[in-house]
Amino acid sequence: MSGSTKDAVLSRIRRANGARPNDEERQRAVEARLQGRPLGVVPARGQLPSAERVALFVVMAEAANATVAQIGSMAELPGEVARYLRERNLPATLKMGADRRLSEADFSATAIEVTQGASEGDDLNSLSHAEAGIAETGTLVLTSGPDNPTSLNFLPENHIVVIQADTIEGAMEAVFERLRERHGGTLPRTVNTITGPSRSADIEQTLLLGAHGPKALHIVVLDRTAAPMQ
Amino acid sequence: MQITSQTFKANTVKALADIDLQRALGNVEKGFIGKRQKAVDKLPEFDALRDNAVAIKTHTLKHLDLYIEAYIAKVEASGGKVHFAEDADHARRIFLDIAKKRGAKTVTKGKTMISEEIGLNDFLEENGMVPVETDLGEYIIQLRGEHPSHIIAPAVHINRDQVEADFRRVHVDLDPERDLTAPETLLAEARGILRQRYGEADIGVTGANFLIAETGTSVIVTNEGNGDLTQLLGKCHVVLASIEKMVPTLNDASQILRVLARSATGQEASVYTTFSTGPKREADPDGPEEYHVILLDNGRSNMLGTEFEEMLRCIRCGACMNHCPVYHAVGGHSYGWVYPGPMGAVLTPSLIGVDKAGNLPNASTFCGRCESVCPMRIPLPKMMRHWREKEFESHLQPKAARTGLGLWAYFAKRPKLYRLAVSFAMPALKLIAGPKRRFRSLPLAGGWTKWRDLPAPEGRTFMQAYTQSKGVSR
Ligand code: SF4
Repeated sequence: MSGSTKDAVLSRIRRANGARPNDEERQRAVEARLQGRPLGVVPARGQLPSAERVALFVVMAEAANATVAQIGSMAELPGEVARYLRERNLPATLKMGADRRLSEADFSATAIEVTQGASEGDDLNSLSHAEAGIAETGTLVLTSGPDNPTSLNFLPENHIVVIQADTIEGAMEAVFERLRERHGGTLPRTVNTITGPSRSADIEQTLLLGAHGPKALHIVVLDRTAAPMQ
Repeated sequence: MQITSQTFKANTVKALADIDLQRALGNVEKGFIGKRQKAVDKLPEFDALRDNAVAIKTHTLKHLDLYIEAYIAKVEASGGKVHFAEDADHARRIFLDIAKKRGAKTVTKGKTMISEEIGLNDFLEENGMVPVETDLGEYIIQLRGEHPSHIIAPAVHINRDQVEADFRRVHVDLDPERDLTAPETLLAEARGILRQRYGEADIGVTGANFLIAETGTSVIVTNEGNGDLTQLLGKCHVVLASIEKMVPTLNDASQILRVLARSATGQEASVYTTFSTGPKREADPDGPEEYHVILLDNGRSNMLGTEFEEMLRCIRCGACMNHCPVYHAVGGHSYGWVYPGPMGAVLTPSLIGVDKAGNLPNASTFCGRCESVCPMRIPLPKMMRHWREKEFESHLQPKAARTGLGLWAYFAKRPKLYRLAVSFAMPALKLIAGPKRRFRSLPLAGGWTKWRDLPAPEGRTFMQAYTQSKGVSR
């Protein structure tokens, strides 16, 4: 079965690489890399001090066709979501997961009809909470689970994502360090990094927004140090 | 799929005379070259990242057996399963096994070149299953019964009018009077139809841009979101990947991702880079119940330690074909198998044998642009030369090549083909020639420019001007 194929493939690789049985030097090199996880070249743009990261994140996210708003507390979120839906003439509905950070926001004062759970494909608007962000590319990082079901990232047409300003890292490498701390040696089933709404250029290389995933991505940056919105 | 690489030259004659194809091929230069350059210019560290990407892959290949073992341990720890496949036939049998156990009928698919390499779609149909391609480009060519002509833009050989005609032919349940003039309407129609298919799938198949040993993770890089819906909504996620997709750590993947997105589509980052580890967890409200990785060798381990080893660094970005004057003129199907352009000319003989693909390494003008844009610094022209030598040694080449005349002689004896090839390469030639407008080496005319400089074309070729003035259409 597959076991013997595995042995055959691996031994061909070993032979081609001139490896001896129990070649400790090669094993040490591999261990060292897996443990040490060298960073390599992190672009200067990905190493900004935290104060400048949010500004770069916003610029890069907008360059990737996302829209961005800023709020100073979770209490402002329902108002911001209501404004977004209203201005785009979208129905006042919202699907979201069980994330406790989002339950701080009280939608009962708005006309928005909120439902909870994964998406079955008939939701127009969804709300998620990002785990982290990447300033270098304006990227959101979301992880699967009951708090933020992955289907909310892809099935609805309009995806609204809350991100806390102090979770915006400079580069992807720092986000991975965060995930390692949080999840130990493994990762959740899915880690989605999302940069702008979905798109396709498959018809004559003409870029069209809104392919199979969301047509619009709205990012709400929660910055508790910022002045409240007017 | 039927291999037609042996008849590369005949394929190119057909391609050059295909008006629809020539219209569509104009989009390759327009769509890719400028965007890549802009993105590269915006990142001062681009070349340093390339060097590190090369170093990462070189290190990984030297220790590939050990990284594969570390990877397998992590996949299994997260509840997934890895299956080794020696060749295409073996990979298909493994897939069938998984499918039978699940009683699978519908199989949705994100874009995967390995699926093309193993001819999965035909095999699924033969075994009573329905494969559904979900990437827009792949969906279009599936409707047409074709194969991809480009590794990241599978339908780049098709123009908008052809897509509209195909949709009207196949989507017969929709209003025949509907307006499909805008490309947006075509996209919306495909989106609507595929939306219904994801959830029906017993198996969702994706490829992998990377496999990560540190965490046992597979990575897909996409813009449309179809790959994500495929692997999320199918009840079982099967990843098709070849052994050289391995990288040691998440950090290593991040390094290569930076050069991949820019080299492929000129983006700072692709819209979706998705890291998948095992099946869904107990508390997860969505995600697949099973996670399988079919790890394909198919000749790759035999490339290690040979003059073709460096080809295993390839990250399938497509930059080499986007910048290739031969590809621009003849398109991807002329290459006759799964992998077109310069990377295909090197890889195809390695994977299916020089006897079946011996003509491909001649599909080069040796202008060197592929190597200069390859993010993994793969010496493609040198490797094509290696294949030509091997082919020469084994006397597989057509007679003209053995007598030293080569491709130029072939073109020169066929004036119509030569005219077309030169006229399609014209804008590129002007660029290569630089401000002095003189060539030291002209693609397709090496035999001549070896001895003298040739003036660079100014706008139209003489033959174009001549036939146009006479009202003769090409
Ligand atoms: S050979 Fe280089 S340029 Fe061509 S697809 Fe591979 S990595 Fe990209």
